Amino acid sequence: MKKRKLVRALLPLMMIAFIVVLSGCSQAMVLDPKGPVGAEQKDLIMISTVLCTIILVPVLALTAWIVWRYRDKAGNKASYKPNWAHSTTLEVVWWAIPIIIIATLAVVTVRYTHALEPSKPLKSDKAPITIQVTSLDWKWLFTYPEQGIATVNYLQIPEDTPIKFELTSDAPMNSFWVPQLGGQIYTMSGMAMTLYLQADEIGHYFGTGANFSGEHFADMTFDVNATSQQDFEEFIAKTKKVPTKLTMESYEALAKPGKSGVQYFSAIPDGLFEKVVTKYTKGQSAHSGHGSGETTTEAKKASGSETSKDMDKMDHSQMKMTK
Amino acid sequence: MLDKIKQFASEFFVTGDPLILGAQVSIGLSMVAMIFVLTYFRKWGWLWKEWLTSVDHKRIGIMYIICSIMMLFRGGVDALLMRLQLAMPNSEFLQADHYNQIFTTHGVIMILFMAMPLMFGLFNIVVPLQIGARDVAYPFLNSLSFWMFFWGAMLFNVSFVIGGSPDAGWLSYPPLSELSHSPGVGQNFYIWGIQISGIGSLATGINFIVTILKMRAPGMKLMKMPMFTWSVFSSCIMIIFAFPILTVTLALLFLDRFLGAHFFTLDGGGNPMMYINLIWMWGHPEVYIVVVPAFGIFSEIVSTFSKKKLFGYKSMVFAMLIISLLSFFTWAHHFFTMGSGANVNAFFAISTMLIAIPTGAKVFNWLFTMYRGKIRFTTPMMWTVAFIPCFVIGGMTGVLLSVAPADFQFHNSYFLIAHFHQVLIGGVAFGYFAGLYYWWPKMFGFKLNEHLGKWAFWLWNIGFYVCFMPQYFLGLDGMTRRTYTYDFDMGWGPLNLVSTVGGFLMGVGFIFQVWQIAHSIKFREADVNGDPWEGRTLEWSIPSPAPIYNFAVLPQVSEADAWWEEKEKRAASGKSAAPIVYEPIHMPKNSAIPFIISTFWFFAGFGFVWGWMWLTIPALIGVGICMIARSFSYDTDYYIPADEVKRTEAALKGAKL
Amino acid sequence: MAHAAAHSGEHAHDHDHEHDHESLKTFGFWIFLITDVILFGSLFATYIVLHQNTNGGPTPEELFKMPGIIAETFILLTSSFTSGLAVLGMNKGNLKQLIGWLAVTVVLGASFVGLELSEFITMVNHEGATISTSAFLSAFFTLVGTHGLHVSVGLIWMIGLIFQLRRRGITAVTKRKVAVISLYWHFLDVVWIFVFTIVYLMGVM
Repeated sequence: MKKRKLVRALLPLMMIAFIVVLSGCSQAMVLDPKGPVGAEQKDLIMISTVLCTIILVPVLALTAWIVWRYRDKAGNKASYKPNWAHSTTLEVVWWAIPIIIIATLAVVTVRYTHALEPSKPLKSDKAPITIQVTSLDWKWLFTYPEQGIATVNYLQIPEDTPIKFELTSDAPMNSFWVPQLGGQIYTMSGMAMTLYLQADEIGHYFGTGANFSGEHFADMTFDVNATSQQDFEEFIAKTKKVPTKLTMESYEALAKPGKSGVQYFSAIPDGLFEKVVTKYTKGQSAHSGHGSGETTTEAKKASGSETSKDMDKMDHSQMKMTK
Repeated sequence: MLDKIKQFASEFFVTGDPLILGAQVSIGLSMVAMIFVLTYFRKWGWLWKEWLTSVDHKRIGIMYIICSIMMLFRGGVDALLMRLQLAMPNSEFLQADHYNQIFTTHGVIMILFMAMPLMFGLFNIVVPLQIGARDVAYPFLNSLSFWMFFWGAMLFNVSFVIGGSPDAGWLSYPPLSELSHSPGVGQNFYIWGIQISGIGSLATGINFIVTILKMRAPGMKLMKMPMFTWSVFSSCIMIIFAFPILTVTLALLFLDRFLGAHFFTLDGGGNPMMYINLIWMWGHPEVYIVVVPAFGIFSEIVSTFSKKKLFGYKSMVFAMLIISLLSFFTWAHHFFTMGSGANVNAFFAISTMLIAIPTGAKVFNWLFTMYRGKIRFTTPMMWTVAFIPCFVIGGMTGVLLSVAPADFQFHNSYFLIAHFHQVLIGGVAFGYFAGLYYWWPKMFGFKLNEHLGKWAFWLWNIGFYVCFMPQYFLGLDGMTRRTYTYDFDMGWGPLNLVSTVGGFLMGVGFIFQVWQIAHSIKFREADVNGDPWEGRTLEWSIPSPAPIYNFAVLPQVSEADAWWEEKEKRAASGKSAAPIVYEPIHMPKNSAIPFIISTFWFFAGFGFVWGWMWLTIPALIGVGICMIARSFSYDTDYYIPADEVKRTEAALKGAKL
Repeated sequence: MAHAAAHSGEHAHDHDHEHDHESLKTFGFWIFLITDVILFGSLFATYIVLHQNTNGGPTPEELFKMPGIIAETFILLTSSFTSGLAVLGMNKGNLKQLIGWLAVTVVLGASFVGLELSEFITMVNHEGATISTSAFLSAFFTLVGTHGLHVSVGLIWMIGLIFQLRRRGITAVTKRKVAVISLYWHFLDVVWIFVFTIVYLMGVM
């Protein structure tokens, strides 16, 4: 009976170990990145996990030991001090440990936050390819402005080449996520976000919408096909020959809610993406950023000066204001 | 004419789904059964006089808890339906739109209509007894809070059979929740259900702040208050600062839908991102609002069952207040991927991580309360011991999520789902269960059966890990939340199946808890002396269940664990309690107004949902008349004469011997 | 935990308790006002975020007619002053003065609401500026309208209070009620100063 207490305290650890073995952790997409962005994010996940484990394991062990040692059982010789309720030394120790860990993690986080800012171009000797992404109800439209083609729910990119994604939405907000290439970014109407990704290897990668956008949100998955430069050029040439063209009319039809399979278009209307971004803005520039942050300090709120300092410094550089 | 009625009925009632039809039939049958029982046993008068119009905090607390358990059942059924749908790839058990309604109602119900009322129920039952008060500061307002919550929850639940449930997620981000994408009435039910019960929550926050600041027994200084009372105080501070933001946000969304305003619309200059900021300015403090009282409960229980003073009292209080403060500066970590720029993200990442520091310190304090103690493993203590590893792991994954660039990979995936279920179940649910077991004898005068309780405990715990640990890996493997189906070749099938099994284990655990309650009612293990656990705080110094006035004579407090000190003193001196001089006790009168006013609110809300001004306007006028009637009523209190108090006490003591 | 059995006379006990009870309610009202500050704070924030999004519709400069607004401001400030005079009258124990000044406050408050309504009606009918014209106007009508609604509720409350005073005179309970409503009234005045500054002055500058 008493042994079970120990078992129970260790249960979470055992469960984790069991499942790790079960699932073969290394096969999880996020932990098996195929691009520089995803690789850095994996490093960061590993660093933060290690930092957390430093504190997690002792705490779990301590819990198990205390619960075992001080159980109320006849013949238990452990000391009993019912009024021992304060120790400055101990308090300092366990306030200090998390502070040190969090401080370390904070430094790492700030560095990585700047390094992995999604709109920052990737270092590469190749020029980036621009692909525009529009999330629709319930499909993804990918337009290749330089090549003048478009696809739906299928993305082909050359390997080892930085891809500059410009993202917007002509529907409720969604999120563009290719786990093995790197982190996601929201697609929002009236704004153009920028995200740089790169695939280091040839292969098919799973892409998905990650922010709920209505009934058939679950069908918003797409295949990312990273190929050699030559295959990519062949794909462009082949797509250039398909009979269907994307026009403003057919775009409007495509934007109507509904599911879609993979589609290819050999031409796109001029400035389609810019039109989508500015579609809802009338007589003003596109949204300047997001809801301003209010600090909840009363004085500030009452005086109506709601923007906190940090919000003033909001970085809009990643938002292309198209007029 | 008949066609018109048919047409109306088909829009009014949700039709065409066998699951919902079954629910409609069972709701109808149980209502008929309830009315029959009440009429047959002639209990209508009793129900009205003793319960519906009661302003007694103990009864209000019990009503909160009953509602909460019902809602736990409904939210749990929602959860199991989802798990069934996801157990297999390409499953056809639920349609997409039905699945969306289910996860939306699951979220709203579990947070707002299960956790909140369970929390308020415990506030109500415990706080006045712990601080040696006869009631809360405003008993009438307290009753109003409960009925506003009740009718708000009813309005939300009615959407299930009338008009259709909301399906835009538990926080209803626009533009999805706007008329342009959700033209049905479901969103209106969402707005008004939450709005009406939110007013009740705000009133509760005000009520308990004043109660704790002004109604403490003589001698109980702030730093001598029981830790649960401190946690309630921190939670209520957060409530009064956060809930007005929710009120405004929902009102603006409603104006968009109802009058065609452009706050969050795509067109007309609206800004959907502003809603996301506003809702999280309430939403993030909200999750701390529900978890901080659980911390307080654990503090009480750890100390009681280790037979030892709580370790690091001051640092516990400080940590709780720091958490309350920080909770208002972390809201943007819910949308790191909105591209606010590196500086903003770094700021919110760090402010989020900081919360781990006071929380970590609290965990150590609980551990060192047990250290050099004598730990008795009763059910409340078992939930508490189980909470520590569970919450620590959940907190750690929270720290992982707070690292902004890494969050680009976790966001909206099952990793996030696993994290917040771990802290909400491992923290909030375990905490409130522990509190429920702990204070149950104080509410009803008998203990809950320990044997069945242990079964429930193990099922819940094992079920929890089996259900949610796989979800961390599903998230890392690219499975996003709110997706109702997935392809076979994603390879997510096995882990989802494991997770579903875990979900059902927790469901069985819940059944055991219901059985436990039923069993304990039948075979009462009476709590004879009002102190079944050898408690340390004032609520254990009076009989169980407490008489209507709680304390015949207000206690005089000199130490933090007042009742424990008193018992020590009596044991040392060999004397029992000092002789008592009874005085008349001032009590509030029951009132029907809270019930009536909230019923009017329900109809006003219902009218708003359907755009029926012929219903809304009279109902709102009714609300106004009730308020005026209350303002004009001066006869709201009475005195219990001294000799009646004496008789009651003698009877209770007689029962105790 | 020795029992505090200080046995006081029934009457004194009563009186103490009464006083205690009323101060408790005033304190609670202060806390309520904090929540109201946050409510208005959220609305101000919304307005500030959206006030440039005129969607091709009328701008603040085109809409706001300052003379009327300044008149509204003076009327409300004066009503705040008269509600203060009412409290002074009450503290002197002069029921007539109290009711008289409260009545003046009600009249001033009602004319404020009337002016505001006429301003809104002009906007809607003559400028075509409705709540659904643009985000700016949605925020404007909501913020200013919420304040107006607060004032209207205060008026009904005050009228009800005048009736209670006539029937019951100045007692501990009615004293507290007058103190609370005048607190509320001053609060709305302060909010209006922010409305005036942030919405109107900054709008026409």
